[in-house]
Amino acid sequence: MTAARDAILGGIRRSLRRGPLSDAEAVAGPRARLDAKAPILVPERAKGSPDVLVDRFLAMAIEAAATVDRIQGMEALPGAIASYLKDRNLSTELVTTTDPEMDGLVGSSLEGGGLLTVKRGLPSPTDTVSVVPALRGVAETGTVMLRSGETQASTLNFLPETHIVVLKTSDIVGGLEEAWAALRAEGPTPRTVNFITGPSRTGDIEQTLQMGAHGPLRLHILLVDETP
Amino acid sequence: MDSTTHTFKDNIKVALANETLVHSLETMKTGFRARRAVAVDRLPEFDALCDAGRDLKNHVLENLDFYLETFEAKVLESGGKVHWCRDSEEARKTVLEICRAADAKTVTKGKSMISEEMGLNDYLEENGVTPVETDLGEYIIQLRHEHPSHIIAPAIHVRKFQVAEAFRKAHPQYAADRPLEEPRELLDEARDVLRSSFLGADVGITGANMLIAETGSTVIVTNEGNGDLTQLLPRVHVVLASLEKIVPTLEDASLVLRLLARSATGQEMSSYTTFSNGPRRPGDPDGPEEFHVILLDNGRSNMIGTDFQDMLRCIRCAACMNHCPVYGAIGGHAYGWVYPGPMGAVLTPGLLGLEGAADLPNASSLCGRCEAVCPMRIPLPKMLRHWREKEFERHLTPKGTRWGLGFWSFFARRPGLYRLGTRVVARMLRILGGKQGHLKELGLSNGWTAVRDIPAPEGRTFMDRWASGERP
Amino acid sequence: MATFSADGPRVGFFITCVADLFRPTVGFAAISLLQKAGCRVEVPQTQTCCGQPAYNSGARAMAQAQARHVIETFEGFEYVVAPSGSCMGMVREHYPSLLADDPAFAERAKVLAGKSHEILSFLIDVLDWDDVDARFDGVVTYHDTCSGLRELGIKDQPRRLLAKVKGLELRELAAPEECCGFGGTFCVKYPEISNRMVTDKVTTAQATGATTLLGGDTSCLLNIAGKAKRMELPLKVRHVVEVLAGMADGPALGDGEDGIKR
Ligand code: SF4
Repeated sequence: MTAARDAILGGIRRSLRRGPLSDAEAVAGPRARLDAKAPILVPERAKGSPDVLVDRFLAMAIEAAATVDRIQGMEALPGAIASYLKDRNLSTELVTTTDPEMDGLVGSSLEGGGLLTVKRGLPSPTDTVSVVPALRGVAETGTVMLRSGETQASTLNFLPETHIVVLKTSDIVGGLEEAWAALRAEGPTPRTVNFITGPSRTGDIEQTLQMGAHGPLRLHILLVDETP
Repeated sequence: MDSTTHTFKDNIKVALANETLVHSLETMKTGFRARRAVAVDRLPEFDALCDAGRDLKNHVLENLDFYLETFEAKVLESGGKVHWCRDSEEARKTVLEICRAADAKTVTKGKSMISEEMGLNDYLEENGVTPVETDLGEYIIQLRHEHPSHIIAPAIHVRKFQVAEAFRKAHPQYAADRPLEEPRELLDEARDVLRSSFLGADVGITGANMLIAETGSTVIVTNEGNGDLTQLLPRVHVVLASLEKIVPTLEDASLVLRLLARSATGQEMSSYTTFSNGPRRPGDPDGPEEFHVILLDNGRSNMIGTDFQDMLRCIRCAACMNHCPVYGAIGGHAYGWVYPGPMGAVLTPGLLGLEGAADLPNASSLCGRCEAVCPMRIPLPKMLRHWREKEFERHLTPKGTRWGLGFWSFFARRPGLYRLGTRVVARMLRILGGKQGHLKELGLSNGWTAVRDIPAPEGRTFMDRWASGERP
Repeated sequence: MATFSADGPRVGFFITCVADLFRPTVGFAAISLLQKAGCRVEVPQTQTCCGQPAYNSGARAMAQAQARHVIETFEGFEYVVAPSGSCMGMVREHYPSLLADDPAFAERAKVLAGKSHEILSFLIDVLDWDDVDARFDGVVTYHDTCSGLRELGIKDQPRRLLAKVKGLELRELAAPEECCGFGGTFCVKYPEISNRMVTDKVTTAQATGATTLLGGDTSCLLNIAGKAKRMELPLKVRHVVEVLAGMADGPALGDGEDGIKR
């Protein structure tokens, strides 16, 4: 392996007609770029006041075939989920993450006389509904950003047929660059970062668009306006 | 993958006679092209982003060694491994070793053109490991024992009745008389079958749309979500990537993402864009326990510093083939190897050698549409011409053509003789054209008259008439 | 706007090899337009071919030799104008790099590139002239030839000029920017592919209901006309300058004396 490594790096340098970059050269060139982490060109569409960005997020998410409900405060979450599922005749059994902010769902579970049957942690292949909190929403494209971690299994985003994402209105940013800044501020890069724009789809059969290829058939976003 | 590029001229006859293919390619022209046009129009900054994309990739190529080393260090830091492979052979062996170490019987695969380039599936199968393609298009062609005919829509040449045929044959577990007419029915069946593959696989192999030096991330962009299930569920995740996929930072990746989906399918973003960093972390409820990146060179490092370096900016969006009138006429299989269309016509001779692929750079009218839509501003026609120059230098250009060009060039620099010659030819063709004003055939120009008539000249040449004092 | 010599710009007219041989009318029509627009037009007798066949076949040295010949022939003029997007694309976009390593010609190639123009682009973009005085009773469609469109940005110019022609109705092709399949030697080396492309072009032209197809490159038009004849379609094919100059009364490309018989 090291022979191949040396040969490839050597070949690249031969083609570039130079040796390895000296420290000074690296610092002046590529190292500086790595350190700067400078956004290149952020389109106007990714900019605007918070209200403008929320509206844009909504419009773009819907265009990408997601559905969105806006709710007031996390307290409204269980009810909103229950009515979304019931309206579509979907099972009210769901699986969610172990994040503390999802604790409210458990209190509302059927056993407690509530609306939903809630499981937490890893989904099994038979689970049909998942509820996952998003780290950020990207207005430019109506995309939600989800991360893996001790409390969040990434399979929640792909196995169940119905994927419900909880996003705080205050977590909506303009473009991907702001989402990265937020992620970096949280600490080391997680194992998996998912950017999700609408439900799963394919055009592989005669170029006709079909939703729900391997991933979820439905992506439902619950946009939470926090009560002050 | 074995190449049939050397039989290009026969391949195109087969392709042009294929009625199903014609239908698929027509759909492509109205679908992909129209959607890209809308998406590009919506983003006023698109042109500026293309310029930035070109500059970014040029910078990367100038510092490729540095960024690859940085990437490797980051992957190691996150607990993964990087395997440097000079050629397909090395890469195939490495993947097999990983599979053997994991005691793998089946591997699931996300869509990867590098896997096609390596000829991985056949190799794994020969060595007792069963690969299952999970991208719907890839799955369809795997069942049909075919190769992709398009880099983002691998089964674009297949009609739905053919998909149904393949499914009936491959899925005996379902009732023989089940309805399989609608795309939905076909998709549901594939989803069902592949679910168990995802859950049962020991190793998941994906490609990579990008590698990020800053974080050691590998990035996949899909619409189906198959790539994510492929990499999340098995115990081992193997990423296949070629060297030039690297970009420095997450910000740079964001730039490429703004260009990729838009140019490819006309989407703002594909449904799933996933950044993966090493294996599962302590405490993580899921994710692979092992994370391997195969870094394949396969001739790319030699392209740097040559006339073909710009080709390494390619992000595999397929816009060039979607807009190519030649691809639109013959489809992807005729090109004979992994990469079709304009990008393939440039890349294939570079990776396989010019001798066996000499037709590809010539089979273009140089209409320039590919360059016009390429988000990385790759001057594809210029590079096709560079290949033609190499052919000419190496005397691969057919003798007749060389002779004809030499003849023409000789006269073109001797205006007196040239005038004499054109005068004679004009008169001759005029006479042959007769009253109809066009010719059905003419000894030498078989390629022309095989499919069209020759409109006859008006009579005397313009230069003749001008010289004899005629004025408008 | 450029400033011109007092008695009008002095233009060296480049007929191009294909129009010289096949369609002298294109030359007379183009010159007539240039004169109406106030140019003094000269036709240097030493002109031949721009060198594209060699260039696009990889015969770089031959192409260079031809480029030098074109430079020597035309560099004395204020402007060089040709009724072809592809030949002027060659001069403007390719001569400078083709001769970049030739100390005697590198600079001259750049200078020539800067003052060479395809005729429609010259009339509109350089002279800002659209004072067309012509009549053409009929429905036409317009094919945007590739080099003109993509190398020189010629798209609106022909439409602006055609809008001035009395009696003319323009109906756009479904895919006006799709290559006709000519491509120089491409069309004889890969006739099957070229055939599919030109068949599509002719078919979509028919579908517009137009009786005449116009375009700005004689070579592409020969391809299209040749196919229309082979398919025995009544589609007439002409260079756009013929219509603009009011010289579209003779037989169309590939038509016999009477202009109708096939
Ligand atoms: S050459 Fe350009 S257009 Fe073609 S696939 Fe690559 S990036 Fe896309």
